[in-house]
Amino acid sequence: MNTIATSGNKGKGVRSDCYVNLEITKSGGIKIILESKVEVMFGKANKELISGILNFFEIKNAKITVEDSGALPFVIDARVEATIKNVIDSKKEFLLPFISQNNYKTAKDRNRISRLYLPGNSPSLMINAGVHKPDGIILDLEDAVAPNKKFEARFLVRNALRNIDFYGAERMVRINQVPKGLDDLDFIVPHNVNLILVPKCESAEQIIQVNNKINEIKTKCNILNEIWLMPIIESALGVIKSFEIATAATNIVAMAIGLEDYTADLGTRRTSEGIESFFARSQVVNACRAAGIQPIDSVFSDVADMDGLKNNVLKSKALGFDGMGCIHPRQIKVIHENFAPSIIEIDKAKKIVFAFDDATSKGLGVVSLGTKMIDSPIVKRAINTINLAIKTGKLNQNWKEELHVS
Amino acid sequence: MSANFVKNALGRLVPTEVNGVPQIPYMGVGKYKPIRRKYAPLISSCADYPADGNKTEPGLKDALIKSGLRDGMVISTHHHFRNGDLVAIQIFDIAKELGIKDLVWVPSASFECQSVLIKYLEDGTIHHIEGSMNGSLGRFTSQGKMKGMGILRSHGGRYQAIQDGEVIIDIAVIAAPTADAFGNATGDRGPTACGLLGFALADSQYANKVIVVTDNLVPFPCIPWQIQGNNVDYVVVVAQVGIPEKIVSGTTEITKSPDRLLLAEWTSQFCDEAGIIRDGFSFQAGAGGTALSIGIYFADILRQRGMKARWARGGSNKYLVKMLEDGLVENILDGQTFDLEGVRSMRENFGHVNTSPFTSYNYHGKGNFASMVDVVILGATEVDVNYNANVVTHSDGTLLHGIGGWQNCIASKCTILPIPLFRDRMPIVREEVTTICGPGELIDVIVTERGIAINPLRKDLIEKMKNSSLPIKTINQLKDEAEAICGVPDKPKFTNKPVAVVKWVDGTIIDTIWQLDD
Repeated sequence: MNTIATSGNKGKGVRSDCYVNLEITKSGGIKIILESKVEVMFGKANKELISGILNFFEIKNAKITVEDSGALPFVIDARVEATIKNVIDSKKEFLLPFISQNNYKTAKDRNRISRLYLPGNSPSLMINAGVHKPDGIILDLEDAVAPNKKFEARFLVRNALRNIDFYGAERMVRINQVPKGLDDLDFIVPHNVNLILVPKCESAEQIIQVNNKINEIKTKCNILNEIWLMPIIESALGVIKSFEIATAATNIVAMAIGLEDYTADLGTRRTSEGIESFFARSQVVNACRAAGIQPIDSVFSDVADMDGLKNNVLKSKALGFDGMGCIHPRQIKVIHENFAPSIIEIDKAKKIVFAFDDATSKGLGVVSLGTKMIDSPIVKRAINTINLAIKTGKLNQNWKEELHVS
Repeated sequence: MSANFVKNALGRLVPTEVNGVPQIPYMGVGKYKPIRRKYAPLISSCADYPADGNKTEPGLKDALIKSGLRDGMVISTHHHFRNGDLVAIQIFDIAKELGIKDLVWVPSASFECQSVLIKYLEDGTIHHIEGSMNGSLGRFTSQGKMKGMGILRSHGGRYQAIQDGEVIIDIAVIAAPTADAFGNATGDRGPTACGLLGFALADSQYANKVIVVTDNLVPFPCIPWQIQGNNVDYVVVVAQVGIPEKIVSGTTEITKSPDRLLLAEWTSQFCDEAGIIRDGFSFQAGAGGTALSIGIYFADILRQRGMKARWARGGSNKYLVKMLEDGLVENILDGQTFDLEGVRSMRENFGHVNTSPFTSYNYHGKGNFASMVDVVILGATEVDVNYNANVVTHSDGTLLHGIGGWQNCIASKCTILPIPLFRDRMPIVREEVTTICGPGELIDVIVTERGIAINPLRKDLIEKMKNSSLPIKTINQLKDEAEAICGVPDKPKFTNKPVAVVKWVDGTIIDTIWQLDD
């Protein structure tokens, strides 16, 4: 093993992070050099934390330099621990207390309209992610992390799961592609991850491998709660195998499509019209509906183009998707508003639900609206519309009472 | 320094004497009302001035010598060129060349471009600064390196101090984008147009000697004029008085930060739900990305409802100008232009009017505009659980900013501070602020990304927001949340030497800034 290692980020524009340089020495004890923009307020606390971590890993002689741009304690811990584990072999983990707000579970059929990607090695983007109220946040260990930063990102993502309050968003992690991604699971399964995204999925076997490893860790750590899976289809083979993948395990709750990789695999380019991906998107929607899980669309990558995003969402909704990914917090609202039912859709659904209630109270087997007979799938869809309208804030929970008052 | 200290009405320790002048500790909002005559300038006689109205001098040096520049004088400048000022430094270069010592510089605000003046603070050319000490000048002050004690005043407080005779300006140097040889001057036109010259108004009325420096001399009369030639002693023509592009600072673009946009969105939603946004209302949004974005949200709401605001207080900028030209606001009462669109509009639009600290902020006027504004959106470096706010020092104790019009603006009907709960690891909502610039009783609402706190004194607002979907919390909940995330910060260590005082709008001392202990 090396005797010198570094981790973290520094330089212009880096905030809420730190850069650690550790050199194991033969003698001279521990020397901590801390350069911090919050030296006056937290210099003492930071030195105590750093020396506590070194002590925990039984490092007696070392020189450690920490360049701090206002990192929160969980970031400093992740950076220092990742650096240490580059120079010593240890199974131990230095864990700050798990914050109680993060103990929640998520339901299999909860809303997954928006899920916000957060690069797994960028703390400044994670800290406030929850306040923008996405349905889910994705701590991304895969494409958003540079290859030489994959190791340290795992520690940061682990600590983020333990110590950042995401205010009720479903806590998701995108692991690396299987088989490499299986090693990521040790860093997330024990820390109440709600859902794991399995990228570039091309077979049921990959899902089974992921579940085997999850179950192994769950048994070892005595974890009882369910961990949901969301495979991502990103290749022609994946599209063809999509139903097999969607039905590979009972803890799969949704399946997404990733169009950047998919169009590259097809040898074409992604366009805003999306003709090249029509088949794949439709296939994924059909596979999901057949398997009884949620179909989730790809991200829209121009963060400045809100009108383009809106059009994209409306197309996505028309194709049958239940939600889509986002790469910037400002996209969340547009995605929610446009996946949510329109006022016309809600009004129609209300009438159908009233007609259904009316028929039920009269003991009628047939529901009718005006002169039209209403079939049961239409009632079901109306109820879904109403539920979605309530969930997305477009309709009050007590809409039936309000209607009577007015 | 042998000054004694007393606790003021907010319990802050303040000196009883500053630079040898006795002081009054802060007594409370609206409590200090001196009964005497205002300060008056010396009587001047037309017989002493050229009958043909030509007051030009060959150079600034000549004008300063004729004005009697000597040791210990009080020299004032304005900051309408913001970070593009080219005149203030020249004054002190000349003073240095003439071997003058112990000047007092009274800028209406200082900017980073003036940090080169540190060499004159070090060599004794300048004794101390009264006005604002920003960036490097602030850091220099905090380190206890300034010879005298600094005095921080709001824009309105500066006018009040001049009217009270607390600041007696010996020589006012007024950089003007356009002027005539008589001394009439305007800021709204000329190659270096900066908008208005309102911050120099008191200087022109009360200083013993007034020098107008321009790079665009027009034949008499210079129309319009905000500075009246009848108050001016000398006119100097130079190559360039300022860099107009630099009157636009980085803080006058709307934010792209999602967190700040959220603050802007919640603030405008709050104003809407509280019934503040209505036909004919008035508002002021300061500089800064968040405040500017709120203007955009206001504009959206007004457009959707077919309503318009009656007036807005500026800092004008391209966004406010667009609202004016789109008919969403009827008048801009402008205190300073933040960009060149503001300058253009002031020239072209009848409803875009120049104002001054006298009309807008002065405590010794018979009323002022600031207290008439329905809602004002401002920033802060820290807020405490009693809603006291700080705008001049950071949590590490360093002086880095001036007060600007902030203290004056908080007199509005509703003062909202949209601020992040913490910056990096620095909690902004705290148990106690490092420096009190504004008393909590005047601060109504704190909007953070993790919740909105309404001052308990504003029972009306609390009642109106009872059923809001916005995350209304108590200020203590916000503080606890910040500390749970960041930890409880250690306080900075200070020596017992005061390096500057913060004046309240009435001239009393609201707080003291202490030397940092290394």
